[in-house]
Amino acid sequence: MLSIADTTFVEATWIMIAKSLVIFAIIFGILPILTVVERKLIGRFQHRYGPNRVGPYGLMQPLADVGKLISKESFRPENAVSTLFILGPLLPVLSGVLALAILPWGNVQDGVGLYGIDVPIGILYFFAVGSIAFYGLLLGGWSSGSKYSLLGAMRSAAQLISYEVSMGLALLGVIMMSGSLSLVDIVEAQNKIWFFIPQFVGFLIFMLAGFAETNRTPFDMPEADAELVQGFMTEYGGMRFGSFLLVEYMEILVVSGIAAAMFLGGWMGPGPGFLDPVWMLAKMFALVFIFIWVRATLPRLRYDQLMSLGWKVLLPLATLNVLVTAVLVVVT
Amino acid sequence: MSADNGQGNGAAPFDPKTAAYLDSIDVVQVQRGPDVGGVGGAYRAFGETLRGLKTTMARLIEGPLTIEYPEEKTPVYPRFRGRHKLHKFEDTGLEKCVGCSLCAAACPADCIRVVAAENIPGERVSAGERYAAVYEINLSRCIFCGYCEIACPFDAITMGHDYEMADYDRSDLIFTKEMLLAEPIERTPLKSEGE
Repeated sequence: MLSIADTTFVEATWIMIAKSLVIFAIIFGILPILTVVERKLIGRFQHRYGPNRVGPYGLMQPLADVGKLISKESFRPENAVSTLFILGPLLPVLSGVLALAILPWGNVQDGVGLYGIDVPIGILYFFAVGSIAFYGLLLGGWSSGSKYSLLGAMRSAAQLISYEVSMGLALLGVIMMSGSLSLVDIVEAQNKIWFFIPQFVGFLIFMLAGFAETNRTPFDMPEADAELVQGFMTEYGGMRFGSFLLVEYMEILVVSGIAAAMFLGGWMGPGPGFLDPVWMLAKMFALVFIFIWVRATLPRLRYDQLMSLGWKVLLPLATLNVLVTAVLVVVT
Repeated sequence: MSADNGQGNGAAPFDPKTAAYLDSIDVVQVQRGPDVGGVGGAYRAFGETLRGLKTTMARLIEGPLTIEYPEEKTPVYPRFRGRHKLHKFEDTGLEKCVGCSLCAAACPADCIRVVAAENIPGERVSAGERYAAVYEINLSRCIFCGYCEIACPFDAITMGHDYEMADYDRSDLIFTKEMLLAEPIERTPLKSEGE
């Protein structure tokens, strides 16, 4: 029987508001830096510097980019469905922000839980909220009234659905080992050993599915800039396009955060308690680095390869992983 | 081999008539890699992925090879043909150019204009009988072939190393004698011996 998170622990309203503001501010401060870091790292992976002209070390580059995007005309194609077209980029942003709430930055310290909210259903919330983003992609692609967008949207729908199954199954092993759905409990359960050692297969599957869920290379079929001209984003311009990009980075952060909490021991690390969020961030950035590293290395998969990898390799592997874990959990 | 002309694995073999026809003409056999499927294929793909990751990581550790152009410049070779220079004799200070117009005659782009004048004994400009009263090179037409340098009997014109000559106005690209004679600001690094 799964234990449910401690719902008797209640915080004052102002603390919760302050917490959410702080988390929001920090994550939205990290996002633009992440775009520069990615471009600079990709550059260095290719023997070049990346952006280094705007401001010191090119750190002002996102400011310039966002300024450009905002000042652009919010263009809408004539045969687009206007409300859905505007809704398209908003839903993924919403889903990303909602998912930030459950990232655990530390346990309860001085009466304040260092997390947005410790929902009893924990990781299910992540999947529920994450699925909202698909609607954004689908609606955005369909309502653009363009065949490239529609193709990209259909691809992304098929891809995201296929990979979400393996993603969930990959996490099932961790849930069985920790005996809880709550992310805080799961991190606490990694006191002795981080789950990425006993659940290494699960970790690999989760990361692979994570690449697919965030539409990153080698699974960036929905965008496929070379063939589908940005897929579902084709008809978007200005800040609407910008928010799709923003969401991509937010999803990378969220997936890295979930992976860090589920497999890498979350906030666990040496040092006093106030260093917990720092450890969590460090682990997240290590995973973000892997995201960028893989992007700099692998070419895009063909569509049938993507599907056969998802259904013929990852899904059976994840199921096997769950079975073996279940047997081991029962035996020990 | 011949019955399966480039149809890959698993395709139905041709009937004998078609196969004979395909054998009679010179069909290029399409080279295909072996079909690695199943567990072996997955293992190989995983290994190759790791190898790729290792390769990119090595590039990251090596660091950038970029030459950041406006700040750093690629050194040029000593015989690099950049912007022209006109020369003077170092001891007397007289111009080497005698206004013979051989450079203008040799110029395939027709970008050199020379107007010669007689030297007046009191105020000599060049070492010869005559000197170039006007010497203009239109650098917007120059193709930097170096024929002027070869044509010159007195080594009065040579190709320098300067290549940063972009300008906003076409008329600014017509270099007069004074500009070509002026001691150039050496803005281009020269390759050292053996580099």
